[in-house]
Amino acid sequence: MIARMIVKRLLISVVILLLVSLLVFFATLLLPGDPARAILGQQATPERLAALREQMGLNDPVWLRYLSWLGGLFIGDFGTSAATGGPVSELLGDRIGASLVLMVLAAVIAVPAGILVGTYSALRRGRGGDHTASGVTLVLAALPEFVIGIVLITLFSTTVFTLLPSVTMAPPGEQVWNYPSQLVLPVVTLALVVAPYIVRMMRATMIEVLDSGYVEMARLKGVPERQVILRHALPHALAPVAQVIAIQLAWLAGGIVVIEFLFRYPGMGQALVDAVANRDVQVVQAISMLIAALYVVVNLLADIVGILTNPKLRTEA
Amino acid sequence: MSTNPAPTGPHTAGSPGPAGPASSAAATPALTEGQASRPPGMLRRVIAQPQARIGAVLAGIVVLLALAGPLLLPWATGYSSTDFAGRPFQPDGVLGTDNLGRDVLSRFLDGGTRLLLYAALATLLGLVLGTVLGMLAAYRGGRIDSVIMRGNDVLLAIPQLVFALLAITVLGPQGWVLVTVIGVTHAPRIARVARAATASVINEDYIKAAQMYAVPQWKILFSEVLPNITGPLMVELGLRMTYSIGAVASLSFLGLGMQPPTADWGLMINENRIALVLQPWGVILPVIAIALLTVGINLIADSLARASATLNVEDKE
Repeated sequence: MIARMIVKRLLISVVILLLVSLLVFFATLLLPGDPARAILGQQATPERLAALREQMGLNDPVWLRYLSWLGGLFIGDFGTSAATGGPVSELLGDRIGASLVLMVLAAVIAVPAGILVGTYSALRRGRGGDHTASGVTLVLAALPEFVIGIVLITLFSTTVFTLLPSVTMAPPGEQVWNYPSQLVLPVVTLALVVAPYIVRMMRATMIEVLDSGYVEMARLKGVPERQVILRHALPHALAPVAQVIAIQLAWLAGGIVVIEFLFRYPGMGQALVDAVANRDVQVVQAISMLIAALYVVVNLLADIVGILTNPKLRTEA
Repeated sequence: MSTNPAPTGPHTAGSPGPAGPASSAAATPALTEGQASRPPGMLRRVIAQPQARIGAVLAGIVVLLALAGPLLLPWATGYSSTDFAGRPFQPDGVLGTDNLGRDVLSRFLDGGTRLLLYAALATLLGLVLGTVLGMLAAYRGGRIDSVIMRGNDVLLAIPQLVFALLAITVLGPQGWVLVTVIGVTHAPRIARVARAATASVINEDYIKAAQMYAVPQWKILFSEVLPNITGPLMVELGLRMTYSIGAVASLSFLGLGMQPPTADWGLMINENRIALVLQPWGVILPVIAIALLTVGINLIADSLARASATLNVEDKE
């Protein structure tokens, strides 16, 4: 039963990704202009244009071009960048790692922090600490991510204090994690965007669990409060929160775009913005697919966690 | 009552994006309960909450500023400077001039109208599309339901911003493209809410009565179903408006929304952030305006969610 549901979700995800790839590929067919001319420039001779068109497979039927593009994605061949003239995979190589560093660090900070603050809020329900936390999360949840980032930059790197660098400036070829101080602001910004939802969900489920019969029972038995919270309440509150966490982590896949642009962080998001500005179709296609794939995979994990932790499904089986 | 966003539902494959701040604990019951008594009671409940009043004041100030700003221009303009960044409170403009020697105050006054207009139109488009699709899916069920909801899943598999960037690559950064693409990416999220809300009312007697009288289907949807699902839709409307403002501002900030020399808050932040140390006003003013606007609207949305939740709690008793 559970295995079947997971397999079904998996298949649905694969189908969704295929449909997304259709969307991404055929949307770019609407583009006016000739990709071969975009690469060679206005001065290109007709013979060279024809040769490149043949080489890029532009004369093939649309469905064949789609299939070869899709096939290329699986072997890491993302096509040729019109802006650099080089292969897209070369352009993306280091950037994927750099973006993942940003996302993982943000997740590692935001998830435990969100759970802690949410639990604290629930335990001090209705008191000062809870009101402060609720207010702060409500404000943070409303702000667009670049606004949070700019506020942090004015606070910590330009106007109020000048403690941290506001842009990432690793020399080419060097890895971003060799400069930890440059990672602080982008990571903190992302964490501040993601954490509020986790805090609010954690608070809501924790309050529900604390009011439940088995927590009252544990307290009546004389179990120490600390143990009531850690052993009885927290594990039961975590299951619904796991889904929200996964949704937030999936959000990170798209959220890095603005943050990387703001901090000039050499990741996929920055590359995507540059490519859109240059109308560099192959790069836009490749990065959109990568981000969509990441998004779908994390969502799939969220669903699987949801299925595994849902006691109703377990007993139905 | 569960605060769990129902991982068992048939359509959770894409998961509802970043879980809205207000959609967590408070909004969920509103979707499952029939809305017995509404607007007058609901409105009073919303106004009764201090945070709704704070939100209305914050958002109201910025909306007024954005709408009346262009009218104030005759008193503010006329300043320009050949300096890179004029100093505030000097003859060259009250708040100095920006990177091209343009008066910061005038650009700020003129920069909010389009942001607000685009965000409102995008939200409205998303609301109309989403509500119609959601109601249709729930009411017709069967094949139409699964086609609509699978289509939703595909759209939800691409992060909103990436989808917008893809559209802008193809169609160019124009106003109608921004409005359409943000509206279309909102639609599946609103459709889910509308579908869930509709599903909870379609078995009511008044719907059955209308069906027996052979009222045409569209009339049932618009005069029987729609008035009874406004509660959850209003909450969703507030949330989506927050996200629309964030999305339009973010795209302009990336340089892919409004194009220079348009005066726009998002674009202003992008243009002036290189001179953040010399001339902070060009960044700080629009950042504050966007922050107040989104926080204000989010506060209103949150109290709407609370109001419809308390409404249902009292219904049950």
